[in-house]
Amino acid sequence: MLDADFFRRWMTATAASVEHEAERLTALDSPIGDADHGSNLQRGFRAVATALEKEEPGTPGAVLMLAGRTLISTVGGASGPLYGTLLRRTGKALGDAAEVDEAEFAQALRTGVDAVVQLGGAAPGDKTMIDALLPAVDALGRSFAAARSAAEEGALATTPLQARKGRASYLGERSIGHQDPGATSSAILIAALAETAGE
Amino acid sequence: MSDLVDGGTVEDEGGAKLVGVVLVSHSAAVASAVAELATGLAGGGTLAPVAAAGGDGDGGLGTSSELISVAAAAVDRGAGVAVLTDLGSAVLTVKALLAEGDELPPDTRLVDAPFVEGAVAAVVTASAGADLAAVEAAAAEAYTYRKV
Repeated sequence: MLDADFFRRWMTATAASVEHEAERLTALDSPIGDADHGSNLQRGFRAVATALEKEEPGTPGAVLMLAGRTLISTVGGASGPLYGTLLRRTGKALGDAAEVDEAEFAQALRTGVDAVVQLGGAAPGDKTMIDALLPAVDALGRSFAAARSAAEEGALATTPLQARKGRASYLGERSIGHQDPGATSSAILIAALAETAGE
Repeated sequence: MSDLVDGGTVEDEGGAKLVGVVLVSHSAAVASAVAELATGLAGGGTLAPVAAAGGDGDGGLGTSSELISVAAAAVDRGAGVAVLTDLGSAVLTVKALLAEGDELPPDTRLVDAPFVEGAVAAVVTASAGADLAAVEAAAAEAYTYRKV
């Protein structure tokens, strides 16, 4: 079973990974974006870590909803509302249960990913975070480790794609050959999840 | 007649319940300049309340959910608020705030319209006393105006 502490540790692990990978994310965002993905997520997840310490939410749903809301209000770029919506909707789907099992969490995360699809309008293959998140959610039914591998493979597989959403879409064919920063940060989020689960 | 509210221009309409207009751009300069343009072209009589929510709140390019919430509250006169945005995170942040349910005044709508032309249409229509649906329709109609 997964409790509030598990989800706090997931968010803290994500914040640490984003801190570690911020420069790489911003480097990926330089050729096809506006070179702020790493610094934006860094600001957002630092605020998440602070908010979780201060407010100490007591259920899995409350942890993720607070994290999502904090990202929406602090990131300043498109990744704020997108990741914010992912975590908020996932948290909302978990309700006020004190503990959730892995199947319930997988189902809730799918609800969150669906909400991101609805918000951003991206389909698989559009070279976005969806290309890492959808395979991860599909694999989460097997294990956290499988979800991590699926997200990483999904992020790598964005390299040959042409962007059809966001700032990178204006580049047309010139977006080909670059790994998508949003899919990469999504893989970081899922890797932190597997790490938290000890897988 | 004109006050500055959080970097945006708010024209006070003096009691009438007019639709408010919020202009959200990645750039504070763009948002406030478009507000100035729209209120200037709407000028003459009563002006609908207009507020600019531009930039990331720290002087950089980006979107601030805080600035958007403050701007929407500032122009809310109980007749609804029309929000126009430029692109990317501006659109997504407004949508996410609307999904929160309690971050924006009741009857706040993200209007699908070109930013500059839509802002002029929205402010002129709102200043004429039209309701939110009419303001939204006028702003959206700006998409059909071909220049060539």
